[in-house]
Amino acid sequence: MASTIRVRATSSGETTEVQALIQHPMDSGFVKDSKGEIIPAHFIQQLTFEYDGKNVFAADWGGGISKDPYVKFTFKGGKKGDELKISWVDNKGATDTTTAKIQ
Amino acid sequence: MSDVEFSATRRLILQGAGAVALIGLGNLPFGLTPALAAANDKYPEDAFKQKSDADVIKTLYGKTAEPSDKVKLDAPEIAENGAVVPISVSTTLADVTSIAFLVSENPNVLIAKYNIPAGTMPAVANRIKMAKTSNVTVLVEAGGKLYSANKEVKVTVGGCGG
Repeated sequence: MASTIRVRATSSGETTEVQALIQHPMDSGFVKDSKGEIIPAHFIQQLTFEYDGKNVFAADWGGGISKDPYVKFTFKGGKKGDELKISWVDNKGATDTTTAKIQ
Repeated sequence: MSDVEFSATRRLILQGAGAVALIGLGNLPFGLTPALAAANDKYPEDAFKQKSDADVIKTLYGKTAEPSDKVKLDAPEIAENGAVVPISVSTTLADVTSIAFLVSENPNVLIAKYNIPAGTMPAVANRIKMAKTSNVTVLVEAGGKLYSANKEVKVTVGGCGG
């Protein structure tokens, strides 16, 4: 299965900018389908980014984050060629993990 | 063994059990999940269910926020599509530990809370859903205090459907 996570991490020397795009429906549980039935809540709750064994960014999300979520942040350090580890877990307990090389 | 140690151990055991259950999905090497979850703060389930700005702030932080011009909230004046509203925040405040986004008129007010470890810049960009025209508030926790900035975003087509 292809990863649901796409990450671009770019080092500028002193800092590393990280952009992540994740495939996920992010159903809030407030929307009805065409038959008028509520689409059950299904959204990522936690997303973490690890570099060099340390947590560099962590998100707690609700159903108010857009479908196929996008997030951008920057951390100090990060060397070209090093790996960044990205993981998420959703409200149904599903999870995905990937690594991305810093460019 | 102290109570603190006991509860930490217990949590790890529970997370381990969760990881075992997930092996059935086959897309995750064993051992990654406990490390990930242990590095994470507990998910603030209650805060995400609150229906007003004040209740979210109380549940999440237990203190009041003071408006600050050092918090820069970047949001569109008008969002044509409430399903995808790009919002970003940055701040010149020091010792930032977390950043949270709130939309007053959404069914659940709290959208996201980002935990910012030392060494990570206090700036985040993301895309959020808005049910209708609403005040958008960003909270920045810095040096143990809570600061805020807000802006009204007009929504022409709501993002939360029927």
